Amino acid sequence: METQTIKTKETTAKTTQRISGSEAIVKCLIAEGVKVLYGYPGGAIMPVYDELYKYQDKIHHVLTRHEQGATHAAQGYARISGNVGVAMATSGPGATNLITGIADAQIDSTPLVCITGQVPSQLLGSDAFQETDIVGISTPVTKWNCQITKASEIPEAIAKAFYIAKSGRPGPVLIDITKDAQFEEFDFSYNKCEGIRSYNPIPKTDQNSLEAAAKLINEAKKPFIVWGQGVILGKAEVEFKTLIEKAGIPSAWTIMGASAIPTSHPLNVGMVGMHGNYAPNILTNECDVLIAIGMRFDDRVTGKLDEYARQAKVIHFEIDPAEIDKNVKTDVAVLGDAKTSLKAILPFIKTNSHPEWHQKFKDLYQIEFDKVIKNDLHPTKEGLTMGEVLKEINNQSKGEAAIVSDVGQHQMIACRYADFNVSKSNITSGGLGTMGFGLPAAIGAKMARPDREVVSICGDGGYQMTIQELGTIFQQKAAVKVVVLNNEFLGMVRQWQQLFFDKRYASTEMTNPDFVAIAKGYYLNAKRVTKREELADAVTEMMASKEAYFLEVCVEKEDNVFPMVPSGASVSDIRLE
Amino acid sequence: MESKKEQFTVSVYTENNIGLLNRISAIFQRRHINIESLNTSASEIEGVSKFTILINMTEEQVKKIIGQIEKQVEVIKAYYHKEEDTIYQESCIFKMNSDLLFDERQIQNTIKESNARIVTVNKEFFVLEKSGRKEEIEELHKELSAFGIMQFTRSGRIAVTKDEMKISTMLEAFNH
Repeated sequence: METQTIKTKETTAKTTQRISGSEAIVKCLIAEGVKVLYGYPGGAIMPVYDELYKYQDKIHHVLTRHEQGATHAAQGYARISGNVGVAMATSGPGATNLITGIADAQIDSTPLVCITGQVPSQLLGSDAFQETDIVGISTPVTKWNCQITKASEIPEAIAKAFYIAKSGRPGPVLIDITKDAQFEEFDFSYNKCEGIRSYNPIPKTDQNSLEAAAKLINEAKKPFIVWGQGVILGKAEVEFKTLIEKAGIPSAWTIMGASAIPTSHPLNVGMVGMHGNYAPNILTNECDVLIAIGMRFDDRVTGKLDEYARQAKVIHFEIDPAEIDKNVKTDVAVLGDAKTSLKAILPFIKTNSHPEWHQKFKDLYQIEFDKVIKNDLHPTKEGLTMGEVLKEINNQSKGEAAIVSDVGQHQMIACRYADFNVSKSNITSGGLGTMGFGLPAAIGAKMARPDREVVSICGDGGYQMTIQELGTIFQQKAAVKVVVLNNEFLGMVRQWQQLFFDKRYASTEMTNPDFVAIAKGYYLNAKRVTKREELADAVTEMMASKEAYFLEVCVEKEDNVFPMVPSGASVSDIRLE
Repeated sequence: MESKKEQFTVSVYTENNIGLLNRISAIFQRRHINIESLNTSASEIEGVSKFTILINMTEEQVKKIIGQIEKQVEVIKAYYHKEEDTIYQESCIFKMNSDLLFDERQIQNTIKESNARIVTVNKEFFVLEKSGRKEEIEELHKELSAFGIMQFTRSGRIAVTKDEMKISTMLEAFNH
């Protein structure tokens, strides 16, 4: 631990206490304001669990049913609250089971601190029972990680971990602590980390770049904004809204940016990307200035890069310098956090409205409505659509619910049709596309914000990847509303098979169990809906429930999600059918 | 857009930390970039390590790589340099049969002309050290191969730049 850090001055004078490494871990977590953590005990982390038992009035440990569930729950906790999520596991399989959630948090910039137990230091490298090189394994998917073999190293490592996880572009960190370090006694004191000399979390915003960006925006005839999660992570929702309203710029979101401004905002023109809305995809290739804010030009957003917004000047507001020119060449890069840079550019921006340009979005929306949305939300055919379920949820939630989705068709439908009135309401696995995310993430979200309605929307495939977390819902009395949109298929893969593999439905058909019986087995209120006339009442009952509630909706088996930008196609080649 | 591949020297100033080598090499591995040579050592600043990495790629690629290296928490700063911007050396040692010194007159000339240095001689073998540019080392290797080389090892590239790298200033700024 030779990295130099800055410590807070006022706390350094505190007298030290002689305690064990494991007690120190718990005290550090409490000092960082952690109220809830998610995890699973086992041999190499038992001393810490013993301390958690002693400190249970100060810090609540949630036993998930699988370590993957612990990371996803911690992610849900972090995504809805903006605070660091904490997950804990033992060595070996406990630690490796965290990896999927860590990778998910890395690609979706979610602040997580993961603590793993490790075999005693004298056994390291000897293939001891439940030994894995978790530092080696987690290196490519963590923002930072380290292994601790001495108790005295614990406070500084944990202080650094929290600082790194939440500062700048957030991300997951992992600390692996050997069992002997957990037992060892030392003189404990805790100082929060306030800086690391090799790490510059927020690059300085350059005044020239701001002015250059403002000039491009002011001169644009057809400006277009695509915003991402950077607006939410940077707590820049107000600044963002002020900017787009002043400049009158139609603005579209990436899946991770959803909910930063309300769905109903007149300048919100919908989602970009593979299953995004028609207008923003088509008009990406017609705008003259493309303003990207806190987003990273993922391939699911850009489609074919060689035909992405080639006509436009590109401005990129971004906190992570490594994202500049990574996928799309920028004309003006504005580094810094969104809140600061958007606030700083505002005085240079001229008031504008671009009515003709807006009309184009409205016209294309009408085409999408007639061809797709109408049939999704107001179907005339017999089978239920995923879209109408979302519409019912909107009717009940009035857009105030946090929607936690899994991955697949239902996710795209949820993102397309859910109404979001408040920021941090779309919690989903965007970058990694982790099936199994939805259920445990909803538990974390509900526990972080018990005051908010949290609705988990899953498909029948992903739901069964982490279905055991129903046990956590029951044990924690987490009042999560769980909706499974059951089409008895791995729907998104089936859709691709239909469109691109001549309907060869290889291993996508699911023979499912009785989901209602399973939910009832976990003592949850549960209901199944198979007919349209039952839907509204069932959703009403679910939303009115004070406790957790499970609702299975049997939807049309072979519905497809449209619009769609086929893989490798240009965004303007988006298909409506 | 299409630019040519060329040789770049990447200099990375880092905290001296276990696992960082892994983190940095993984960035190259992900993009299927072969590291031609890699050297880690102390730098001009106490407590700061320096990686010198030789790679063959386009300038556009190397810029992205630098961004991803610099993003690592314990990396202080990363730079890339073109061949003409650095002064670099590589070093190598040869283990040869001592009989050659007596039996082959030509080998004495080769040693002298190449500016190689005899490190040690005993009855069985002698050890030859040579520092220089890659081509010079390759040339010497070719010439000595004719006599039979018992062992050969070449180091990674080490380089300093013609331009200043303002690491000390950066670190001082942190302390204030």
